[in-house]
Amino acid sequence: MALEIREASVIYPAQSGRAPVEALSKIDLTVEEHDFVVALGASGCGKSTLLNLIAGFLSPSSGKIMLDEAEVSGPGADRSVVFQKHALLPWLNVRENVAFGLKLRGEGATAYAVADRFIALLGLKGFEKSPVYALSGGMQQRVGIARALTCDPKILLMDEPLGALDALTRERAQELILDIWKSTGKTVFLITHSVEEALFMGTRLIVMSPRPGRIAHRFDLPFSRRFLNGTPARQVKASPEFIELREEVLRIIFADEEQAA
Amino acid sequence: MSDQSAISQNDRKPRGSVFPAFARSRPTRPGETYGVPGQGNTTWLSVATIVALIFIWWAITAAGLVKPLFVPSPQSIVQKFIDVWFNGYTGAPLWQHILISTARVFGAFLLACVIGIPLGLAMGMSPIMRGIFDPPIEIYRPVPPLAYLPLMIIWFGIGETSKVLLIFLSVFAPIALGARAGVRSAAIEQIHAAYSFGATRWQVMHHIILPSAMPEILTAMRIGIGFGWTTLVAAEMVAATKGIGYMVLSASQFLQTSTVIMGIFVIAAIAYAFDMLMRFLERRLVPWKGKM
Repeated sequence: MALEIREASVIYPAQSGRAPVEALSKIDLTVEEHDFVVALGASGCGKSTLLNLIAGFLSPSSGKIMLDEAEVSGPGADRSVVFQKHALLPWLNVRENVAFGLKLRGEGATAYAVADRFIALLGLKGFEKSPVYALSGGMQQRVGIARALTCDPKILLMDEPLGALDALTRERAQELILDIWKSTGKTVFLITHSVEEALFMGTRLIVMSPRPGRIAHRFDLPFSRRFLNGTPARQVKASPEFIELREEVLRIIFADEEQAA
Repeated sequence: MSDQSAISQNDRKPRGSVFPAFARSRPTRPGETYGVPGQGNTTWLSVATIVALIFIWWAITAAGLVKPLFVPSPQSIVQKFIDVWFNGYTGAPLWQHILISTARVFGAFLLACVIGIPLGLAMGMSPIMRGIFDPPIEIYRPVPPLAYLPLMIIWFGIGETSKVLLIFLSVFAPIALGARAGVRSAAIEQIHAAYSFGATRWQVMHHIILPSAMPEILTAMRIGIGFGWTTLVAAEMVAATKGIGYMVLSASQFLQTSTVIMGIFVIAAIAYAFDMLMRFLERRLVPWKGKM
């Protein structure tokens, strides 16, 4: 067992005449080792709040988050985060950015050797000395993923990592992340608002609903395994089973939206 | 750069108007671009303006329209510069005047950087520091230095202390406030990323807050030293015997207009040269500015 969330709620206190906001209501979620859990939902459903809880940037108003039997009480290197954007450090080059986490932890001696391994893994070889602001969005995101992997986290948290990419780059990045997931054997928790991305990448899907933020539906997904077993990505996404589930999930989300509104 | 010059070349094609931005919109022709109004290279126009101004100046004085007492000719300014350079002004050669003024401004500037940048950063990062130092800085900042010059003299006498302190005060506020604002430049994602690697609060300040504040600190330094040159003449009003500001003021009392104008140009030249240096440093130190 890797990560366990027990009845976690987040309530933002009342502000100047407004009622308190329940951003997350009694979330129960268990993420097993090597799981790829995807959280899907419209804006305001609390999926980012949930990720911030797991990362430790936010503590729950009630409930518990346990990682390998230990309670999470703040950010730590056992949980790395890949952000949507703005998280790289433009005053450092690619290599220094990837090695940043290790250097912070005082592992300066081996930092660059480890960094180079992940630079190679993410296909960034030859760009070690490039300034990150000169890279394309897709390459910047690969730097972010490499950086998150260097510290060998128990779980990789991805906060809409592909949201800022163009459609074509995005498809390639999805495949890359799945390959990385397979080769490193990491546990992944990923947030997205793209239904197709969620179905394609996850082994498990949680669909979240707003006001109050909660997990409304759960699905087990077979599609990423099919891709990793050799079926081309587009063929996976074009299969009748995939399309049927995609439409069902979309129907659920729209229905939830109407109910909440 | 090459893009800009390409656009400006199109602008200069002899059709439509001299000011394409103000002209009625018209269909583009092949090779033309509709862009942001106001873009384009201005180097040649700027050089032409300077040449034209000097020419008008020269023409007016050469025609004898104005007495040299009021507007001396451009040649006489150059002559005055050479004269003061070799023969000095009130017993000191020009380079000494330049040196002492530069030392005052840069001394005050360095002091303001050494105190103002750490204090500004501390104000940005700590509500306690902000609470304590915000009111005094905001109260004295808008007051013109000439207003508290007498106080400086009463307290610190007529020596170097009051001069440097007066310049220091005018440089200090913009630098401290710039550093304080710079603290907010770091994106929350960058801070969270560092924390998720197990960074301490101190490491976040050192590795995230400080570098991301650099662009704004450098801008504040540029603005600050500008204020320093502005205050120089006021500082050298009192009991100075050397300095460019002193030279300008004392020459004005003897109606040596050409020395006054020459001194103004010298100050402008030094200030401009330093601004160029700061821009160069900015390009070298924070090449990512505005790019992420």
